[in-house]
Amino acid sequence: MTKTEVPPEATDGPASAPVTRRRLTGNPARAAAGSGRMAALLVSPTLLVLSVVVAYPTLMALKESLYGPKGLDPATGFISDTEPFVGLRNYADILGEAGDRFWNAFWNTTFFTVVTVGLETVIGVAMALIMHKAFRGRGLVRAGILIPWAVPTAISGLLWRWIFNSDGIANTLIGHQVLWTTEGFHAKVAVIVAEVWKTAPFIGLLVLAGLQVIPKEVYEAARLDGARAPRQFWHITLPLVKPALLVAVLFRCMDALRMFDLPYILVGAQKHSVETLSMLAQNEASNVRFGPASAYAVLLFLYVFLIALAFVRLLGADLVGGGAVGRRPRRRREVAA
Amino acid sequence: MTTQTSTSTARAAAVLAASALLLAACAAPGGGGSGQAGAAASFEGRGPITYVAGKDTSGTVQPTIDRWNRLHPKEKVTFIQLPTDPDAQRQQMIQNAETKSDAYTVLSLDVVWTSEFAAHRWIDRLPEERFPLGEMLDPVVETARYRGGLYAVPASSDGGMLYYRTDLLKKAGIGEPPTTWAEMKADCAKVRELPEARGMSCYAGQAQKYEGLTVNFAEAVNSAGGTVTDANGKPDVDTPEARKGLDFLVGSVKDGTIPKEGITYLEEDGRQAFQAGKLVFLRNWPYVYALAAKSGIKGKYAVAPLPGLNGPGASSLGGHNMALSSSAENKATALDFIRFFTSEENTATFLKEASLAPPYAALYDDKALTGQYPYLPVLKESILRAVPRPRVVRYGDVTAAVQQQAYAALTGDKSSAQALKDLQAALRKSVAR
Repeated sequence: MTKTEVPPEATDGPASAPVTRRRLTGNPARAAAGSGRMAALLVSPTLLVLSVVVAYPTLMALKESLYGPKGLDPATGFISDTEPFVGLRNYADILGEAGDRFWNAFWNTTFFTVVTVGLETVIGVAMALIMHKAFRGRGLVRAGILIPWAVPTAISGLLWRWIFNSDGIANTLIGHQVLWTTEGFHAKVAVIVAEVWKTAPFIGLLVLAGLQVIPKEVYEAARLDGARAPRQFWHITLPLVKPALLVAVLFRCMDALRMFDLPYILVGAQKHSVETLSMLAQNEASNVRFGPASAYAVLLFLYVFLIALAFVRLLGADLVGGGAVGRRPRRRREVAA
Repeated sequence: MTTQTSTSTARAAAVLAASALLLAACAAPGGGGSGQAGAAASFEGRGPITYVAGKDTSGTVQPTIDRWNRLHPKEKVTFIQLPTDPDAQRQQMIQNAETKSDAYTVLSLDVVWTSEFAAHRWIDRLPEERFPLGEMLDPVVETARYRGGLYAVPASSDGGMLYYRTDLLKKAGIGEPPTTWAEMKADCAKVRELPEARGMSCYAGQAQKYEGLTVNFAEAVNSAGGTVTDANGKPDVDTPEARKGLDFLVGSVKDGTIPKEGITYLEEDGRQAFQAGKLVFLRNWPYVYALAAKSGIKGKYAVAPLPGLNGPGASSLGGHNMALSSSAENKATALDFIRFFTSEENTATFLKEASLAPPYAALYDDKALTGQYPYLPVLKESILRAVPRPRVVRYGDVTAAVQQQAYAALTGDKSSAQALKDLQAALRKSVAR
């Protein structure tokens, strides 16, 4: 799937749009109209592609979510040819009996997102600070920290399943046998550990990019004023790195909310203690019930959308100012490095 | 101020677009109508076709297809390999069927998919007289039927067997492998008194919450005289017999016959534990036989039919059947190819070179083959006594319900009586819809 490529492309919108718009307001009206048309022309291929790959499937999923599963004709033993139109019943079912599984998946998803992104932020910032320091073997440390991010999630799922095996290394280290892949809270812990291991470097990478553009002079001035390391961190590093950090956390939130492959491979399908909304939607789809599957996907979409929107609205002030303009080149440079 | 609003609108739009992409990635391919109207297929048309199966790790499929292609230059078969994961295979075959594509002609279906594919009319009903079904083992042919009609032709089979440590049983003074669960537990008690069996566990099957648990649960229930679903797919699992079967598994976990970590075992975990000398008895498939010969227990094990409550038990069935996609072209060629591929001669080749259990009864008694695979007579017995897993249209829901309830009973979350009661209710629901 192309999931991982989604967020970077999508943020091109907010980052580049303000720049052009702001320039327009300063220009005479006629020139603005001309360059406006030019801009529309230049953007149109992107919009066309987006409408084909984003708008169309989204609308189809919305439509599909209004249909129920095909029924079985008891007389012939055949499944009917058409899906019955059920209106909003797929959504209403969530409040009823079948809702238990949905709400369980919903809470699992939320729990995983809050805990993993929280841990990743702390560990990722620490990693970035280490990677930013100049010392011998820095290249090696940087590479070592980034390796987990380079491992495909499915592979890391297999890897951790091995570690969390009943005679695996995790049990040897803690000295008593925990059956990690069985139902229970320990299964959640296993997923969280594997997920944090894998994606903390992502936050580390983006924060490192943020750290690299903080001018040395600021720190020098702070030192002259007598500020010690913790104070420098809270009053210089953190505020200056905040725009990059916010973007990283936003990406991670959106990623974590649609977590699928790690719990699926590490712990297994049908395990209610780690079932996420994506897994639930996949399970419905694989049982040829595309209507309920689409309904779950739509709800997940709304959830992700609301979280992302809240994120941008609540913390947006920081992104609009100089941070928004400065952020892009910084990220580009890091990716190229 | 206007810039402020428009940028935030743009940002909101971008966030919407980003999340929409996620949705697109999650959303399933929506299907409108599906299936062909007419059940009576005519099997006309000759020309090139495709054969679709999971990745061929043994390298025996392509040479067989090459042989067909040399004989039929105008009706060439192209081999399309799908991923190794059965769920992914099923997914791609369903996508092909839902879009009514003619890209796939002959499908290699896992035995438990037959009912689902037949009920959706994704595959055609086949003319029985064209295939030598009489020479095949009956339970194997049963897996290819839906409501009495033949929808596929068996290409390979598989049955569970009881692996046991001959050296330890002999030392404990036990001549014959156990045929009942009680005997097995008694044998274990004797073996575990031996100094070399210190720390060993008695028995393991597959009890992790996945398809293997459905197999093991169905075997336990059938071996105690119960049923999960009857031949027409009607659930009937809330019975005293089924409870005795489930109680064997639950009791074994409780009293340590099955080791504590046994509830995390897939096939491979069990094999490794058996090979490492941690188990006296193991329920597993024939593939273990050759692998164990390369391990530390070489020459110290043998196989027997699965034990049951009052005598030999009933295995579940594995294997693959060949079916004809209803939206395909050149169906006359396809029928001929299915006949060719499932012929006694070709399945014998698959047995020799890929150790796939054949559907034909005669091959199990073939001297040359039993020399190569000493377990064949036991496997034949296992398959003859086997009961296919539930043959239901919504197999995915049924196996999920079985796993859910059996696992709850194994881990002690529910009593076995309650688990079976809940399972019966869940199965009723998934069969009805």
